[in-house]
Parts: sequence; structure tokens; C-alpha cells
Amino acid sequence: MGDFLDALRFIVDERALLWQLTVDHLALTGAAVGIALAIALPLGVVLGHARRGAFLAINAANIGRALPSLALISLGVALLGIGFVNVMVALVVLAVPPVLTNAYVAVAGVDRDAVDAARGMGMTPAEVLRKVELPLALPLIFAGVRTAVVYVIATATLASVAGAHSLGDVIVDQATYRLPGVLGAAICVAALALAAELLLAALQRAVVPPGLPTRERTRIP
Amino acid sequence: MAAALPHAQAGPVIPDFGRGSACVRDNGLLCWDWVRDNWSGTLQPALVEHVVLTVVAVAVGFAIAFALALAAHRRGWLTTPVVVVTGVLYTIPSLALFQLLVPFTGLSRATAWIALVSYTLLILFRNILAGLAGVPPEARDAARGMGMTDRQILWRVELPLALPAIVAGLRIATVTVISLATVAVFVINEGLGAPIYAALQQSFKTELVAAGALCVGLALAADGLLVLVQRLLSPWTRAARAA
Repeated sequence: MGDFLDALRFIVDERALLWQLTVDHLALTGAAVGIALAIALPLGVVLGHARRGAFLAINAANIGRALPSLALISLGVALLGIGFVNVMVALVVLAVPPVLTNAYVAVAGVDRDAVDAARGMGMTPAEVLRKVELPLALPLIFAGVRTAVVYVIATATLASVAGAHSLGDVIVDQATYRLPGVLGAAICVAALALAAELLLAALQRAVVPPGLPTRERTRIP
Repeated sequence: MAAALPHAQAGPVIPDFGRGSACVRDNGLLCWDWVRDNWSGTLQPALVEHVVLTVVAVAVGFAIAFALALAAHRRGWLTTPVVVVTGVLYTIPSLALFQLLVPFTGLSRATAWIALVSYTLLILFRNILAGLAGVPPEARDAARGMGMTDRQILWRVELPLALPAIVAGLRIATVTVISLATVAVFVINEGLGAPIYAALQQSFKTELVAAGALCVGLALAADGLLVLVQRLLSPWTRAARAA
């Protein structure tokens, strides 16, 4: 346990450095997740609403999972070169599949009876989407976002090998920071990921309409 | 415990690919002659190591998750604590988890395996339990009416009916482990992460592309293999779909 006491001491002593790297880490994560949401949410919702492109939307998550994060970041480096933007592009590629698949499955999986009832009440397709399908699909859509955020926080740690800054800078540089530094940064990354997961879970509970189960049984990891 | 880890180069690396073909010297995206020359020396051993890392991790993870799921199936209150603990393990980023284990198990294969196993638990536990919970009560009642014991009901009725959900979990867990095993390179110089990391240090594109493609190919092959296994083990699901 001595190693962990040293690690805690490192966290206290180097809090300025770790704070700066945490900000960098979150900037990278936020940018990548933001762009991925802008791409994948509308696409998944529209495809799900039309119940078209099921093959693409459902297999996106499978293919995305098969992409090794280290290899993807490396391929990004090979194709685009190192740096913040290029790493971010690789992270967007990782974040799109879970969001897309969950959004599609969520909207396409809304109870047909509810959709038919809404239509029978004279709602336009846009109203059906906004007032019926989206609220009912929200828990599962949110599950996809949570998966993507945690995934991107984890992978942003690897960004250090590709020239972008994150808490991974300390973890992969044992020569400089020694074991206590590596452990300290690893503790920070783990805490960051768990905090993000808990925060999003709380947010989900706040935005999901009452009466809907917030525990996503069908969440796709 | 200050073992040397590979670490990122701080300054710009001047590539020197002096030997080899024109393609290798120009650092082309994928030079087939390099892949051919280095297949038996670098890529194939890394691929084999990667398969070993994955198979052991998924097998051990399955054994643990299976036991936990059977226990939780009988005693429902176990579900929440297991999901919370495995959920925390699942959420910890891989690079951090590998390093957090180093003080306990050192830079060893055990470290890699413990971390990889911990990523399979949540996925497998949830899928096995969902599969068992999804068994129609009529099937269970019919089995009991036929005079089956609890053990017989589990092995002859519940588990076969849960098989599609269990295999679905195995597919996700296997593909996830194949992907994450590349990160194990930060504790052991094994698996496809090794050539990826070596190539990353020199920005050598061919090795990056070749090892990355092998990793994706391995994941897709393993996924396909598990689908095939499921078809062979549960022929009735196909018959039901055809009907």
C-alpha cells in the first residue's frame, strides 16, 4: 500500500499539473463527444423514426467495438499526423457508433401502438417524433451517450501517445513521473470516468419523463 | 517497483527507414513487402499472443460471471451489488486499471489478465442473467411437472433457452477484450499492441496499419466464429425463424 500513499502524495503535490491535464482531458473529451452527438443523434433518430437503415445502424456498434482504440488512434496518426484535432477525429469515430445504434434502437423500438394512437389523434410525423417517440426513447438514447462519454474519457488517456494532452501524459511517462506519479494519474483518470458516469446517470434521472424506467435494461455497452 | 515502461518520445522523431524497399523508405501507408518479410518474425507471434490473452481472459471471465449469474438467479438480492462492483470495474479506463494493478501483480501477464477479465464481467453477468430471466415461466413449470429437479431444470431447460443471450454477451465481451488487449502493451510487451506501439514510436505507417488491421480482423473473425457456435448449439432458434 506504500505505493498508493506515495501516489496520493503525488496527487497533492502535483495538483496544478494534474488539474491542467484534467482540463485538457475534458476539453478533448467534450469536443469529441460534442461532434459525435451532432452527427450520430440526428442520424440515429431520423433513421429510427423512418425505421430505415437498420442494418447500418445496428451494426455500427458492433463494428465500433471491434475497432481497437489504440490502433484507431495510431491509424489516425498514420493518416493525419499527430495533434489535438487528429486525435479528436479518432475519438469521434469511436463515439459515433454507440450513440447511433442506441438512438436508432430507441426510436425504432418505441411501442407501435403508442405511435399509431398519436397518429390517430391527428399528430403530424414531426409531432409524433417530438411528443411521443423522443420522450419514450430518451432512456436508451441517454444510455448510448453515457457509453460514448465513458469510452471517450478512457480512450483520451491514450491520446498522449499521439501528441494530444490528457491525464495519460503522466501515465505513459513513467521515466519522468515514477510509479507514484503513474498511479496518481491513474487514480485521477479512474475517478474522472466514474464521476462522469455518475453525473450522467443523475442527469438522465432528471431529464427522463417520470413514469419511464430510467434503468436501461437493454443498454448496449 | 520502478520497472522501465515504454514511454512516448518527447521530441520529434526523425524517421529512418533506410533499409528496405522504396515503399518502406518513403513510409508508404501499407507496404506489402514489409508485411511479407516481417510476418513470421513480428506480426504472427503478436497475433498468437493476442489470441492467448483474449481466450484466457474471456474464459476466466465467463467462469466467474457464470457462477455469479447462477447465484444471482437464485438469490435476487445479489444482482445489485454485483452490477455495482463490475460496473465500477467496467468504467475504469483500461490504461489506468492496468497501472493500478502493477503494485500488486507487477509487469506481468497476470496484470493484463486481471484487467481484461474485469472488463468482461459486467457484460457477461448481465447477459447470462437476462437470458435466464427471459425463460418463459411455462417452460419452467412444464419441466417441473415432468418431475425434473432444480438442477435438471437449470441445465436442460433454462440454460439452453438462455443460450442466445449468453452468446450475445460472449460476442460483446470477446470483441471488447480483443480491442482492449492492445492497451496491455503498457504492462507487457505482448500481443498486437506491441507492434502498434513500436510503430507509433517511429511513426512507421505500414506496421501501424498492418497490426491495426489484424486486430480488427481478429475481432470480426472471433465474432463470426461465436455466431457459428451459437447456430450449431441451438439449431431450434434457426428452425423457429424459418417457420
